Amino acid sequence: MIRFVNASKRYSSGFDALQNVNFHMAPGEMAFLTGHSGAGKSSLLKLIALLERSSRGQVIVNNQNLTKVSRRNIPYFRRNIGIIFQDHQLLFDRTVYDNVALPLIIAGFSHKDIGKRVRAALDKVGLLSKEKKYPITLSGGEQQRVGIARAVVNKPPLILADEPTGNLDPELSAEIMGLFQDFSDVGVTVLVATHDIALISQLPYRLLTLKDGKLINDSQPDS
Amino acid sequence: MNTQTKHRDTQVRPAFTTLIRSYFIRHIQVFFYSLGQLSRAPLSTLMTCMVIGIALALPTGLHTLLKNAQQLSGSWESTAQISVFLKKDIRPTQAKKLKSDIQAWPDVISVHYISREQALKEFQELSGFGDALKALNSNPLPSVLVVKPKISKASERATERLLSKLTNLTQTDKAQLDMQWVRRLYAIMNIVERGVLILGFLLALAVLLVVGNTIRLAIQNRRKEIVVMKLIGGTDAFIRRPFLYTGFWYGLFGGIIAGLLVSFTLISIGSPIEKLTTLYQNQFQLKSMTFLTTFTLLSLSVLLGLIGSWIAVGRHLRDIEPK
Repeated sequence: MIRFVNASKRYSSGFDALQNVNFHMAPGEMAFLTGHSGAGKSSLLKLIALLERSSRGQVIVNNQNLTKVSRRNIPYFRRNIGIIFQDHQLLFDRTVYDNVALPLIIAGFSHKDIGKRVRAALDKVGLLSKEKKYPITLSGGEQQRVGIARAVVNKPPLILADEPTGNLDPELSAEIMGLFQDFSDVGVTVLVATHDIALISQLPYRLLTLKDGKLINDSQPDS
Repeated sequence: MNTQTKHRDTQVRPAFTTLIRSYFIRHIQVFFYSLGQLSRAPLSTLMTCMVIGIALALPTGLHTLLKNAQQLSGSWESTAQISVFLKKDIRPTQAKKLKSDIQAWPDVISVHYISREQALKEFQELSGFGDALKALNSNPLPSVLVVKPKISKASERATERLLSKLTNLTQTDKAQLDMQWVRRLYAIMNIVERGVLILGFLLALAVLLVVGNTIRLAIQNRRKEIVVMKLIGGTDAFIRRPFLYTGFWYGLFGGIIAGLLVSFTLISIGSPIEKLTTLYQNQFQLKSMTFLTTFTLLSLSVLLGLIGSWIAVGRHLRDIEPK
């Protein structure tokens, strides 16, 4: 699902965010991406979501070589990725329902389909009763779950999460991680960037560790 | 593995026909959504539309007035006539003979004979110098043949030829074309017309800038929304659409305001103008905007709104990228 081949990212300021990163994630696999701040976690996710392009090397996502995806086709490519942000990126002038429906509207689903899928996604994250509320009236954990519902509503084969538990207490964090595990169980590839070592050490998943832009550790849970 | 295939099955894209239908439904939704957005800030919307309306009302109003003036002068032109003042020693019988001769010319519609006595009577009645004329012991006025030439805009030369032919008659003292001033008026109106065109062009440019700037601000206000749309796979066309419709509404409302401004202005100056023209013994009614003018005004203003927003969106949408 994701393959990095000698991928490097150098920003125009001259800063090397990633250097010769190599790894591969199979479809349906779940992994954590960790490292201290500035180690390159966000840059790596940005390369996958085509928010940035690699300076050297190859990034292949969903059998697509990302250097060959033109600017025009980036939106269509992104529809296959559910992205979850630390700051949710919700639209506060729209209801929870409208926020979650946005990817479906963009993809051109019919009105009836949208209703069904949005309620299914909200049900999954346990917010079905709050569909008519505005995000500002929800707690931080609830807002994050709205963000997750929006990311999964069109059932993408790949989910990326950038510090999804950054502002949450341990209990809520565990709940969010539980959701990711559920998605992984039904065959979605999940990559979660986090520095919450305490949380992920309890979970039996692959761990990719970055340091100064280099992949220094790639440990399977069994080994 | 089983669960994996199951997931792929459910990750369906909408069918092609659904996509087409959604596309049109989406257009209709955005059409009204953008209208709703504008109605949420009625004051600033009204101000923008007023600016557009006033800018467009100026050239439209001038154009309509010019059309009226052209129509008026057109009716004057058809009454153009050549006054042939006959020499004083021409007797009425000679004058009448000359009248029927000229009437036979192919480039003449009609000839009207005014005898010296008639001319004097008319002059006394109309000029108010009746008493002064009584002081004279002989009639100073010549007899006149009023020749109405066959005339059209293209045959200016033919009229000139007729004029010189009439001047060269032995019986003629002086022949005068009463149309010179209409021609001068035409020349002036040509200049005014050009001026209105240039003014219209400049004000259209101003409308473009106003719409462009308003849309630019709207884009800046909705920066976050645009970022989110781009993150979840919104195409440029999808993101552009509400702004284009906003431009469309600005153009339409601006055009309607311009139309109303012009109509009200014409109505309010209509009766004073009527009074003025009756003073010149002329039946004239100020025509309001024609259907064609109204249609042109509205489609032009909508077009300007669309182009203005298109330029603004094109310039600023690319700058906003998720970080």
